[in-house]
Amino acid sequence: MDPVITINQLTRCFKETTAVSQLSLEVHAGEIFGFLGHNGAGKTTTVRLLNGVIEPTSGSMRVLGLDPQMDGPALRARTGVLTETPSMDERLTAWDNLSIYADLYGVPRSQVRQRIDELLAEFDLADRAREKVAAYSKGMKQRLALARALLHRPELLFLDEATSGLDPIAAHHVNDLILRMARREKRTVFLCTHNLVEAQKLCGRVAVLEHGRLVALGTPAELTRQFVRRLDVEIEVSEDQVPVTLDLLRSLPELVLGEPAKPNGALVVTINQRESIPEVLACLAQNQIRVYRMAPQEANLEQVYFNLHEEKEGVQ
Amino acid sequence: MNKRAIFAIIRKDLKVVIQNKGVMLPILILPLILFVILPWLVTLAPSLVNIAGVSANNLEELQTLIQRMPAGFQQELAGYEGIQILAVFFLVYMMAPFFLILPLMVSSVIAADSFAGEKERKTMEALLYSPTTDRELFVAKLLSGWLAAIAVALVGFALYVVMANAAAWSLMHRIFFPNTMWLVLIAWVVPALPGLGLGVMVLVSARAQGFQDANQTGGLVVLPVILLVFGQISGVMYFSVPLVVLLGLVIWLLDGLLIWFGSCSFRRGRLLGA
Repeated sequence: MDPVITINQLTRCFKETTAVSQLSLEVHAGEIFGFLGHNGAGKTTTVRLLNGVIEPTSGSMRVLGLDPQMDGPALRARTGVLTETPSMDERLTAWDNLSIYADLYGVPRSQVRQRIDELLAEFDLADRAREKVAAYSKGMKQRLALARALLHRPELLFLDEATSGLDPIAAHHVNDLILRMARREKRTVFLCTHNLVEAQKLCGRVAVLEHGRLVALGTPAELTRQFVRRLDVEIEVSEDQVPVTLDLLRSLPELVLGEPAKPNGALVVTINQRESIPEVLACLAQNQIRVYRMAPQEANLEQVYFNLHEEKEGVQ
Repeated sequence: MNKRAIFAIIRKDLKVVIQNKGVMLPILILPLILFVILPWLVTLAPSLVNIAGVSANNLEELQTLIQRMPAGFQQELAGYEGIQILAVFFLVYMMAPFFLILPLMVSSVIAADSFAGEKERKTMEALLYSPTTDRELFVAKLLSGWLAAIAVALVGFALYVVMANAAAWSLMHRIFFPNTMWLVLIAWVVPALPGLGLGVMVLVSARAQGFQDANQTGGLVVLPVILLVFGQISGVMYFSVPLVVLLGLVIWLLDGLLIWFGSCSFRRGRLLGA
């Protein structure tokens, strides 16, 4: 599959700060690609670079087969960007905001009215289309900004902190819209976020950025396997065998880390790596422990992220 | 050049400005004071002074002032007598430099809102992600201020023509305004002036933190006009047709310089502070 975005050794410096450093990655057509990183990690700078809004200090990139520096206007006609702040003209109505951007994006004149009405209905804003945006809630502004980003049916959508500052219901609504767009309309989505739960739920692949540098790239499952070595395992044994089991687990310090806990009836132990599970199970079986259930608690991106962050902080 | 995109930006900027009381109030108040209240004050003041017991024809101070003026100016006033001189002096000649403040102010206020204000409201970023070129963006931003300034100046001029003739009717008994100098001023100098305000504001806005910051710094652009007022009061010069033609030429040249410099340094990334 041809990559929609190819970034090669991309670097952008601002005076003495390096916002993006030696970044290389590819994003494929039709995928929801998560771009993770803390505030100031370089996510927004990367989006600006990929849309030809700012120029790189060094490195190269191709987006939709175009060079953002040389073909910025042609490229931006094919991408849609939802910025971190909704960036709407609050003194204008929702309809005015969209009609101005329809002109800017060259939506055919004969289709402008229909397209705006369609999007306003899709984003549940049709009833308040003639109200000034200043009167909208944050969630409504964000939905309107998303509608604006989709006006010209972009092939590639950049979403920068799409759910930042939204309440859980509004965030859920926006995430549903993103999923629908990617699945139904087969758009490629480049999702910048520091919401790891959201990334895990939406993204096929993710890249983790730390101080402008790419520190991890892969599917959420690959990253958890690669970066999460400790694993919490829930073990359910016969009630009368719990004390013996605890003693046994304590006798395996090379496999079991820390003190086993018993929060809700079942024992929870932290194992040093996934590969130790059979060894622990074998040890329990050899000692006649009746194991009813042994359930590894799947690691998530959050753990990947924190592990990476701790590693980096440790290095520094 | 994508004309549709340029007009979309102009439409957006003007719609936003119209909704902004902070911008609209000075744009409305200045013409109201200059073109409605002032003509009546100038023509009514001598009558009020007369009622107070002082002869309105006792215009010794004005005569002294006019005697200090260049010979050409004294010739311009040759056809008038007594209190008519006062009306022509103020309504035709003194008002000319004041009138120039209007397009300058309107263009700089709109440019401050359009560049620095948009940056402050964080609406600029979405615009920068649109498929416009830097040049289209620059031209659109200039045109929105330019067109608005000229429109306000023309409306202000039409208003002033009516008000000045109406206010001075009892003294002149004819339509005495505008004269040739004013027509040259309107056709040649007024269209050039917004370029000065816009050119300065483009440079100022790149560094300004917000609308007020840009407006205060860029507001200094009216200082040369104030110098023209003092120049005329002190008798160093007066608004004759040749002077107005020369003034327009200088302003157009400055416009060209400022806009060339502005367009060379205008990069969309800079509007984000990058």
